[in-house]
Amino acid sequence: MKTHNQRQVYGETLLELGKEYRNIVVLEADLGKSTMTTLFEQEFPERFFEMGIGEANMTSFAAGLSLTGKIAFTNSFAVFAAGRSFDQIRQAISIPKLNVKIVGSSAGLSDFGDGATHQSVEDIAIMRAIPNMTVLAPADGIETGKMVRKMVEYDGPVYLRLNRHDLPDLFPEDEEYVIGKSYLIKDGSDFVVFANGIMVSRALQAAEILEKEGVSVRVVNVSSLKPIDEEQIKEFTTIVKGIVTAEEHSLIGGLASTISYILRGNGIPLIPVGIEDRFGQSAHNYDELLEEYGLTVEKIYNSIMKLSQG
Amino acid sequence: MTISELEKIARKLRLNVIRMIGVGQKGHLGGSCSLSEIVSVLYFHRMKHDPENPDWPERDRFILSKGHAALIQYAALAEAGYFPLEEILRVKQLGAILQGHPDMKTTPGVEGNTGSLGQGLSMACGMAAGLRLDKKSSKVYCIIGDGEIAEGQIWEAAMTASFYKLDNLIVFLDKNRLQATGAVADRYDTNPLVEKWRSFGWHVADIDGHDIKEITGSLEECDMISGKPKIVLARTIKGKGISFAENVVAFHNGELTQEQFDMACREFTKKTEIS
Repeated sequence: MKTHNQRQVYGETLLELGKEYRNIVVLEADLGKSTMTTLFEQEFPERFFEMGIGEANMTSFAAGLSLTGKIAFTNSFAVFAAGRSFDQIRQAISIPKLNVKIVGSSAGLSDFGDGATHQSVEDIAIMRAIPNMTVLAPADGIETGKMVRKMVEYDGPVYLRLNRHDLPDLFPEDEEYVIGKSYLIKDGSDFVVFANGIMVSRALQAAEILEKEGVSVRVVNVSSLKPIDEEQIKEFTTIVKGIVTAEEHSLIGGLASTISYILRGNGIPLIPVGIEDRFGQSAHNYDELLEEYGLTVEKIYNSIMKLSQG
Repeated sequence: MTISELEKIARKLRLNVIRMIGVGQKGHLGGSCSLSEIVSVLYFHRMKHDPENPDWPERDRFILSKGHAALIQYAALAEAGYFPLEEILRVKQLGAILQGHPDMKTTPGVEGNTGSLGQGLSMACGMAAGLRLDKKSSKVYCIIGDGEIAEGQIWEAAMTASFYKLDNLIVFLDKNRLQATGAVADRYDTNPLVEKWRSFGWHVADIDGHDIKEITGSLEECDMISGKPKIVLARTIKGKGISFAENVVAFHNGELTQEQFDMACREFTKKTEIS
């Protein structure tokens, strides 16, 4: 299967958009080689602001730039983008709905070696709770590119969550991305898995195994956590006997919370797969860490089997 | 505008701060009154702006980083004609255009949302950088407090401004020496200020923040300096102009009794020849 790296696609898309939109400015907190904003920096040094290791100042500075008509992208690891700059995002950007895009790179557990301090298990929860904020978590590189373009077209604050590693291509090249919509990856009639980020490809793998065993599973990529088309989510659950949510994030405040809130009272059993209220830790590779936290194909498979047994 | 005219406006703005606070409601009296002359000079002498056209692209920008002093900005905006004077009496009422802290979405003339201390200077830096990118001659004026600069982000912004040589940025530091719970020097001493700002690469002026001539003089001095950001350390008196409130910590965010309200109004009405 072909793969893309979300960070690489983000950097390349930002560069392309920089040519079309002369008012895009990019701010960096000394992680440009990792967040891939160096691509923009090389082409447009005058519209690139190295802010040093100071995320709070970078975020408020971006607010100031947007007040002069710029579309400002701030960049850092997700844990700092959402955590360290929370108050700046809330006060100066979200209250007046300024046109600042906050990009959280190396999100979730994807910075596997650096441990709990660098792994964001709660960034979506933090950003979702802020009024006026749009929260996006793409499943692959193709969706990332389409999303970044839509972020620029949308006038207002957006939080974008990116994985560090190469991810399998899932999003159809010819499909238009619309903020707020969820995307059917595979149809099925017995169960539905709502997933985002890296967990979409894992849900698809589980669904393909189950298909061979005669269990029909629908897989939906819920990459827009806010806004979210609630009616569309409800429609995806018609006919099915059970629901699984799968996310590389705490079960508190992320996809599980979003979906179970939308579907409250509908009586369909739901099993959430995600990180159970604990911090990350270091590991020698990403897969090992995902397994430790139960973010696996097997866990999704088992959850559906459990639902099918009633 | 002449010095005496600006002095008169400063007194009028103070009177309207008193009117906004009224009786029996908390309001940031002290830190608003310490800024009256500086705000008067900026809005009625110095800044390019047009109340008829608040979004005029060539305007200078103003960010009140110490957002709790919103009342003095509201008084200035009303006096300049950004909204009807009656609005000031509805301040902080449910649905009013004047919020407890500056809100650009509800108040014409407010350029950015402040109130969480320490952030406005970074915003002002971003605005200065954005205007320079657009090759505009507009300047950015920002007011910070001496208590506020305990916030680390102020010093991040101080480094940014000099690193990017933002010479279109002029900051006033309202050195009224008091913060919410006591004297700045006793609570969390932010001195020495001249040395600190100089070492961060800024041009520093040190003036009496209630002397119109010194304020305008410091701004003219700033005009001569290029290649670095500028800060005017303004020695001020918290609660300035209200006899019972000067240098009194309780009026950082205090209530007025009817008697105090009447007394303050009388003091100003007499001085300003307005009713």
